[in-house]
Amino acid sequence: MRLGGFWGLMAAALLAGLAFAALTNNEYYFFAAYAILQALIMAIAWNILGGFTGYVNFGSAGFFAVGAYSTVALHKFLPSIGIDAPLFVHVLAGAVVCGLIGLGTGYLTLRLRGVYFAIATLALAIVGQTFMNNWGYVGAAKGTSILTPDPPQLFWGYVSFSSYVKYLFVVMLLLSLMAIVISRYIATSRFGRGLAAIRDDELAAECMGVPTLRLKLISATVMGALMGVAGAPYPFMVTFVDPQSAFSLVIAVNSIAMPMIGGTAYWYGPVVGALLLGTAQEVLSVTISSELNVFLVGVVLVGCVILAPRGLVGLVNDMRAKAKRHG
Amino acid sequence: MAERILSVKALTKRFGGFVALDCVDLQLDEGERLGLIGPNGSGKTTMINCISGALLCDQGTIIFKGADITRLAAHRRTRRGIVRSFQIPRPFRTMTILQNLMVPMEYAVAPGARGGDLETEARDILDVVGFRGRANDNSGRLTQVDMRKLELARALAAKPRLLISDEAMAGLSSSEVDEILDILFKLNGRGVAVIMIEHIMRAVFRFSERVVVLDAGRKIAEGTPAQIVKDPLVERAYLGV
Amino acid sequence: MTGAATTVITDPGLFLNAVVAGLLLGGFYAAVALGLSVAFGQLDIVNIAHPAFIIVGSYFAYLFGARYGFDPVITGILLTPVFFVLGMAVYSIYYASFERTGQESLSGLAFFFGLMFIIEVTLIMIYGVDYRLVSAPYIGVNWKIGVVDFPLRMAIPFVVSMLMTIGLYFYLSKTFIGRAILAVSQDRQALQLMGADPVKIKQVAFGLALATASIAGALLIVIGPVEPSINREYIGRAFAIVVLGGMGSIAGTVLAAFILGIAESFVLTYASPSWAPAVAFGILLFTLAVRPSGILGRPS
Repeated sequence: MRLGGFWGLMAAALLAGLAFAALTNNEYYFFAAYAILQALIMAIAWNILGGFTGYVNFGSAGFFAVGAYSTVALHKFLPSIGIDAPLFVHVLAGAVVCGLIGLGTGYLTLRLRGVYFAIATLALAIVGQTFMNNWGYVGAAKGTSILTPDPPQLFWGYVSFSSYVKYLFVVMLLLSLMAIVISRYIATSRFGRGLAAIRDDELAAECMGVPTLRLKLISATVMGALMGVAGAPYPFMVTFVDPQSAFSLVIAVNSIAMPMIGGTAYWYGPVVGALLLGTAQEVLSVTISSELNVFLVGVVLVGCVILAPRGLVGLVNDMRAKAKRHG
Repeated sequence: MAERILSVKALTKRFGGFVALDCVDLQLDEGERLGLIGPNGSGKTTMINCISGALLCDQGTIIFKGADITRLAAHRRTRRGIVRSFQIPRPFRTMTILQNLMVPMEYAVAPGARGGDLETEARDILDVVGFRGRANDNSGRLTQVDMRKLELARALAAKPRLLISDEAMAGLSSSEVDEILDILFKLNGRGVAVIMIEHIMRAVFRFSERVVVLDAGRKIAEGTPAQIVKDPLVERAYLGV
Repeated sequence: MTGAATTVITDPGLFLNAVVAGLLLGGFYAAVALGLSVAFGQLDIVNIAHPAFIIVGSYFAYLFGARYGFDPVITGILLTPVFFVLGMAVYSIYYASFERTGQESLSGLAFFFGLMFIIEVTLIMIYGVDYRLVSAPYIGVNWKIGVVDFPLRMAIPFVVSMLMTIGLYFYLSKTFIGRAILAVSQDRQALQLMGADPVKIKQVAFGLALATASIAGALLIVIGPVEPSINREYIGRAFAIVVLGGMGSIAGTVLAAFILGIAESFVLTYASPSWAPAVAFGILLFTLAVRPSGILGRPS
């Protein structure tokens, strides 16, 4: 996609989203759209380390939950010292905390085989949940409630929102577009080409001058930070956070399924996967239980991995290549 | 008088209880062509793994262009000019041939030394190995000899001062061997020192100015090809008599 | 730490009980990790769904106990052929989809991850999230030797687990197929030259690995009630044991299982039970940071 076309698409998406926000007041749509955008950011984040670099993260739910809980903790702590922080402070805090966790986990395990990193992230998510189950400050296993703030007035009152949910949707829209821009930038940059070399053959990459450890650590940090960004506004949306829901199975399986279904080698793969799968899940969620939801995603993931390992985008590319050869 | 480019002293590498390299010395001058031979399991690949940094040696020193690189990370050694090709080719399979070359061109070469137009440079290299017009071919499905050529092309793209070629000709036909040899001579003509590891003796003897022989982790002989051919120790190592 | 030290001196009974409980627990953990030790240690297959299969074994034991009154251990042993065949089938899919094309790393991991989810939520859909347990004559019985407790619900699984481990160890080292399994991880080509088909050998190996899950699952539900999400706790434990013990070493697996058992027992006794899942993770991280090849593994 050429640069002009890309920015045009981003602008169009932004305008469409804003128009949508201005034209309707049905809260349900905003909840659904928020959920899809949240999944989109998680899928894009996962793919930076998973699809671009080839290191699988099984603990996405852990990163997400830590982002959410950093908001919970800060939201309790800052007012106690007299600070009333706007949303972007929480988003920034989530990014920093989770970025550091990504860096730390990476530093401990990315010098070994990718398998050990995957296992370590899974164990990390479980330990994170254990920790939150025990941390009284954020409500431990029983969870904690967050009061919905008033919708903010921005730009000296010129921009206001009729509900906080609408505001969160717009924030999430902006964050999603930012994630897409970051992901595309990485994919088309020298950094991204280095990551692809690591993914294809790490030893050869190292011997061709790629500083593999450094690039892997940066990739893990970016992934962590973006997942923290996805999780940070979550408490304000759902108003009640407990470890069971924050470290959710659905988030864990979606973060892997969406990029794989879309196609991990391309920056737009996770976008395709998230939009398709996320929308399907929102449509079906009124009719099926959340367990059946996870079951179906699991089946789709396994089926996709067996039958279409390069995802939908890969399939389409293969068909086009075949058509070119025969045409 | 050519300068010493590589000086390896007392290189030792163990894998658990197994001693793969036992106190091996190796010197190389700029632009020199060295053949490294020895029976299977004698430690040749381990040696280049240690020199290139894929492995860290247990004992010994490696001095390259006057600097001690013994504990330097592999990618830093590549940037200084030590480039190796792999015995079993390791292309970046999801990339085209051109993209394969871009990786070393963007990472192995210092920013200041990068040519203005990377693509032109890449096509020059492709010409050297005989890949003209194939820049956009997918690298995942190449013939054996083409994969070897890609290995060498990629090594070239890294602007080496020293190229270590690990059995680039194994399993190739006679004319294919000559093609690879041709590329290596062209490289050497540009001033690149080459260490060639091979089992195909006619290639080794045609190419090398000097030959080093390893057996069971030790250097057992060193000299011109003519001297090596007559060395009884070498004969015993290969024939086991 | 002096607090704990004085507790040992003032209450040696507590200390001794913690050690014994740890050993009994560790013995059981060996059964959990055994299948993974074969799959990951010998075949380099990262089967993170292994604990999920163990839970399936637990639910079978529950089902057969509730319906037909079978003793759980009997169920576990009876169903090993079923799990064995299942293991061969899963490996065939894995091989055809990933190993043959060389894409094990990302796709293989995602495959087992998806499988784990499918298993867990299927169990939730059928049985819900309530804890299930079995009854057996030895559950609830406690032997007391001196000041030390030997609850039979821990001791019986310990014995069964040790028997299974020793049985598998001798199978792998003494029989032709067993030695072929050990060989296939080291030298595929030599195996082919000897006339054994590496793929079939690996199929048998993976079948064996999953067969152990049948018994391990039965033992698990003897020790305590189960519910579907427990499988994720055991992923950390199983991998911690296999990594700590050293890849490919059954003796290492057993040793590491005991270490983990004792470590958890001490945390349970002297600290708080809600931190138990973190012990395995800590051990895993520590091992990866300090000596990734494990205690009895070969350093690479």
